[in-house]
Amino acid sequence: MLGLNKKDSTLLIVVAVLTLFAPFILNPFPADSALAQFNAGYPDLMQRFVVFGIFAIGFNILFGLTGYLSFGHAAFLGIGSYAAVWVFKLFTYNVVPAVILAVIIASIFALAMGYVSLRRSGIYFSILTLAFAQMMFALAYSVLSNPKFNLTNGETGLQVYADDPQMFHRAGLPDLPHLFGLSMRATYDLDIGAWSFSFNAGYYLCAVVMMVVFYLSIRIFRSPFGMMLRAIKSNQTRLNYTGLSPRPYALAAFVISGAYAGLAGGLMAAMDPLAGAERMQWTASGEVVLMTILGGTGTLIGPVLGAGFIKYFENIFSKINDAVLHQWFAFLPDGMEDFVVFIIHPFVGKGWHLTLGILFMLVVIFLPGGLVEGGQRLGKWIKSRGKSEETDKAKIEPAE
Amino acid sequence: MGILEVKDVSKRFGGLKALSDVNLSVAENTVHAIIGPNGAGKSTLLNCFVGKLIPDTGSVMFDGQSVLGRKPYEINQMGISRVFQTPEIFGDLTVMENMMIPVFAKRDGHFQMNAIGDMMKEKDIVEAAEAMLVDMNMADKRHMHAASMSRGDKRRLEIGMCLAQEPRLLLLDEPTAGMARADTNNTIDLLKEIKDQRDITIAIIEHDMHVVFSLAERITVLAQGTPLVEDTPQNIKGHPKVREAYLGETA
Repeated sequence: MLGLNKKDSTLLIVVAVLTLFAPFILNPFPADSALAQFNAGYPDLMQRFVVFGIFAIGFNILFGLTGYLSFGHAAFLGIGSYAAVWVFKLFTYNVVPAVILAVIIASIFALAMGYVSLRRSGIYFSILTLAFAQMMFALAYSVLSNPKFNLTNGETGLQVYADDPQMFHRAGLPDLPHLFGLSMRATYDLDIGAWSFSFNAGYYLCAVVMMVVFYLSIRIFRSPFGMMLRAIKSNQTRLNYTGLSPRPYALAAFVISGAYAGLAGGLMAAMDPLAGAERMQWTASGEVVLMTILGGTGTLIGPVLGAGFIKYFENIFSKINDAVLHQWFAFLPDGMEDFVVFIIHPFVGKGWHLTLGILFMLVVIFLPGGLVEGGQRLGKWIKSRGKSEETDKAKIEPAE
Repeated sequence: MGILEVKDVSKRFGGLKALSDVNLSVAENTVHAIIGPNGAGKSTLLNCFVGKLIPDTGSVMFDGQSVLGRKPYEINQMGISRVFQTPEIFGDLTVMENMMIPVFAKRDGHFQMNAIGDMMKEKDIVEAAEAMLVDMNMADKRHMHAASMSRGDKRRLEIGMCLAQEPRLLLLDEPTAGMARADTNNTIDLLKEIKDQRDITIAIIEHDMHVVFSLAERITVLAQGTPLVEDTPQNIKGHPKVREAYLGETA
């Protein structure tokens, strides 16, 4: 299908079905139940899942294939967002030109940054990218935000104001980012019994874009170009002595992943027309590294899983507070209840980073291939169990 | 004139004079061995041929063109392939993919951005790589991860990868170092086969005299950064200077 082999086609279809039915899958609990806070099927979070999925897929093309670990990819995410918001401010709220410009601007920056950084490899490359991203952050946060020349609106963040020109904006179009008139916030709520599901236009736009870029990433993985990238990771010396300079391949991979990050940044702004400098900070760059490693570096689906996992934790675990905990453990005797809540307290709410950190360590130590390896091991275990049961049966049957 | 002409090459590392006034000519379609005791400058000399080092003085000409100042991949494109002391292969890739990369490099010649096509659907590449695997007797290993093979098989693959580029000069840096006797003999047989079947010049650096005397047509003996003698294997064996500098140690 679409030039993919059977295994990749299956993967693509599975991902397509999962993203299509995400509003159902992520909302398994009735809206009024105590477990409703574990529901992740609200538009804002679902959008974040796919946007960061796109970001991580792109990052994986660089890190997973070539092994070059960039610590500055959040810069491209931020640049994409700023570019998109400027399109909103100057021209139109239509998201198509905004997202296209976000990709173009981010690619140009990636080309410059990659050209310089790829002169070094290993830790020096990582440090160069980190330095570059921090410079971008400083520019966005303060330097490019002064009364004479205000490109980024500093701490407040860039947003659309009523007196902005918006040349192509007409009455009748939504006063929010829209796709040819369809507002990104348009949501259809479906109530079935006690359950409630939301279908959001913005989410589905992001989901379609993610499917397209996911498909492209599969093609890149299977292409001669992808093989060269894996060759760079495996042995640069041999590649050099095979008559090919690794540099242009690595640079192309860098620009592609920068473009993916710009796309994610543009979509982020399209969901919420705001761009802040904190989006470019080094912690944001670190987050996408975590997503990729957690999900499975160099695997196709891993980065998407990692992105979903981390965003779920960030948004769901952080909402559990002491009141919720007391409610859960109300069945315990008073002293016990307080004690249990005291033990769990540091790991939830504001302490969700702690839980994530422990999980990350466990995954890296016991599942170096990330969640994907976990899934594969589970699959094998189930298969081998099924088989051994069959062989057991086979052994028993002749005896009868 | 030889295919590789080395004139007055010197190289200094700080206070150490690694090479001084090396003159060497490798004739086309011969097997030329460079031998010498440890620290004689054999590897330094080889590194000057492939662009890893640039000599302080002198010139290195390949087929009438200077290789000095060119990058390793540019020199490779001129027709010089190199086999390393420890096999340098793409360990994370399969044997088939390992073989496909030099074939791609040979066909494309430089960076090509083919990010959408399926590499297994590049018929000419797959066929050429498969033919080379058959030549190397490795067709049954094509789906193996290259890193999981034995030292001898890795060497065989590396030599195959070099040949897939159809080089005019093949440089071998101690190709049997650290190998078991059986693997060493296999490698000798393989190199003999290559020599007989292909129009190729081979320059080999080797410690193992058994390998040198079973392959080489000319031998240059290097000692303390200068060539001592250059002659046929028969004459080298009995040469008093060589005995003194090199063979004497073991004889």
